Amino acid sequence: MKFKSLVMAASMAAMAAAGAVQAEGVKVGMITTLSGGGAGLGIDVRDGFMLAVNQAGRSDLEVVIEDDQRKPDIAVQLADKMIQSEKVDVMTGIIWSNLAMAVVPAATAQGKIYLSPNAGPSPLAGKGCHQNYFNVAWQNDNLHEAAGAYANGDGLKNSFILAPNYPAGKDALTGYKRFYEGDLAGEVYTKLGQTDYAAEIAQIRASGADSVYFFLPGGMGISFLKQYADSGVDLPVVGPAFSFDQGILQAVGDAALGVKNTSQWNKDIDNAANAAFVASFQEAYGRLPSLYASQGFDTANLLISAMDKADIKDGDAFRAALKAAEFDSVRGDFKFGANNHPIQNIYVREVIKEGDVYTNKIIATGLTDHADAYAADCKM
Amino acid sequence: MSIILLIEQALNGLQFGVMLFLMAAGLTLIFGVMGLINLAHGSLYMVGAFAAAATAAATGSFLLALVASLVFAAFAGVIVETVVIRRLYDRDHLDQVLATFALVLMFSEGTRWAFGSFPLFLDKPEWLSGTVMLPFGIEYSLYRLTIILVGLAVAAGLFWMIARTRIGIRIRAGENDREMIAALGVNISMLYTLVFALGAALAGFAGALIGAIQSVQVGMGEPVLILAFVVIVIGGIGSIKGAFVGAILVGMTDTLGRQLLPMFFGLFMEPAAATSTGASLASMAIYLLMAGVLLFRPKGLFGGA
Repeated sequence: MKFKSLVMAASMAAMAAAGAVQAEGVKVGMITTLSGGGAGLGIDVRDGFMLAVNQAGRSDLEVVIEDDQRKPDIAVQLADKMIQSEKVDVMTGIIWSNLAMAVVPAATAQGKIYLSPNAGPSPLAGKGCHQNYFNVAWQNDNLHEAAGAYANGDGLKNSFILAPNYPAGKDALTGYKRFYEGDLAGEVYTKLGQTDYAAEIAQIRASGADSVYFFLPGGMGISFLKQYADSGVDLPVVGPAFSFDQGILQAVGDAALGVKNTSQWNKDIDNAANAAFVASFQEAYGRLPSLYASQGFDTANLLISAMDKADIKDGDAFRAALKAAEFDSVRGDFKFGANNHPIQNIYVREVIKEGDVYTNKIIATGLTDHADAYAADCKM
Repeated sequence: MSIILLIEQALNGLQFGVMLFLMAAGLTLIFGVMGLINLAHGSLYMVGAFAAAATAAATGSFLLALVASLVFAAFAGVIVETVVIRRLYDRDHLDQVLATFALVLMFSEGTRWAFGSFPLFLDKPEWLSGTVMLPFGIEYSLYRLTIILVGLAVAAGLFWMIARTRIGIRIRAGENDREMIAALGVNISMLYTLVFALGAALAGFAGALIGAIQSVQVGMGEPVLILAFVVIVIGGIGSIKGAFVGAILVGMTDTLGRQLLPMFFGLFMEPAAATSTGASLASMAIYLLMAGVLLFRPKGLFGGA
């Protein structure tokens, strides 16, 4: 792997410079989606993570990166390989909830630390929580809950909601309904990977709704927004950040302008760590970072902050150091709840155009210091 | 549910079907004439969409983008046929599937290498945006209506070409007896390249038309390819008429299924359970249709006896 050798080279250079070898290093196994549909997300997480690793320049941190191709069976094989032959200490990288459910319980049961940079399926936050599992992004429902809360504040009373028919899609609509107090004009589950939404848009038109809430990550969201903009239906649209991240917006174009979406991060959050992150990411990769990149960056910095305080061989101390989360998160205040999931602000953003580039700006705070609904079920 | 919604959904189904026909026509021609299973057909769809997106970005013209999609997909088809596919005609179907699957992977990674993994932007032109008022007060997307008309025109042109022109006669002859038309002095390898390029151009054209309302990204062709295979199996492999009827059937079944099945289950189930059961069954509907057709017509609706 290119990055592996790059990191090795960087580590070696750092070692030569420092002239000292530290006692025990940490080996990280990153399994993420680098090819096929949805590769943009994995690439952003990887780039954000590696940016933080390179900036730290530590000789005792090695990263192995593998591509899961968004396939659960491949992710499981890679995880076995990393645990058994690569002997990694920490695992991270998985984007999709179904892959996380296939890999994380087995990895944590074998004593590996797992830091999730993206997926936050509800079972792992509730009954299936584990002391070795830390989620640095969000529990799946979080952004949708904030959208529901925002809809109330915005006076929306009759939402039409849709999501793909798979676990994260159901988590999404459950999350929205948990906070949303108005009526539902319709609730539709679409096929995962569907690209034509003419039938759903016709139903929206006929439903008498006053707004649309949708969770359609990746290419699904691009298709939906373009077709929606062309349909003559002009109800306000609200969504989670997943359909409005930096990688997708350029492909949607004007159709996304003005859409409200919810996110725990945006590039205009005002703190020193975020400003430095946005600038250095642009310098390193020549594009604006997305929320996935910010999550990868925070994940690496969380790990590095724990390495400063404890030895990976001392499990309890290392877990305590992780749980303290004493690092400068690019999203501002960040701490872990009892179930090792974030307690953080969720913001409402609006899609704008800066020069030629479509991006987001924060217009409100949706939920403050928000934890997840499953923490009570977690017996750790 | 109002009758207007039903008509609008029928139009949506028709549009979906016409688009599927563009894909399935090439696939079924290539199978019918050369006896080749071409998994890389979805990649040619993607090539067309990427060529259109790149051309539109460079020139700003949607019509030029459509022309580029035809030219580039046909060109890619000619290269693939002469370099790889030509060696597969005498092999069995397993070899063909393996080789064309390898082509899928190469096209995908090659496109990612050239364009990156982020989706590209391709939008319909200003003069095709917005909606039109159809009779009975149906508001319908002008672009989708255009796709229906263009698709029907292409279908008509294809029927005319196969039925009336010399090249059409050769294609039909090639379907019936390859050795014989070669013996009669027809340049068979030229004919194969031509048919392959034609199928590729149709797929690329579909990719460009659809790319404007969906997302232009690596891997966009594979889901459509699966549907196109369902279409040609329902229609009867090798039959253009079968591909047309099959495509419209699949388009209608899928679109109306998504609308009607959740409502049907809503009659006797909890709303949440009904939407989820209906959605699951709707995504199976076309495969149930295929199974049903094969039960009564094992060679498809218009398959040879």
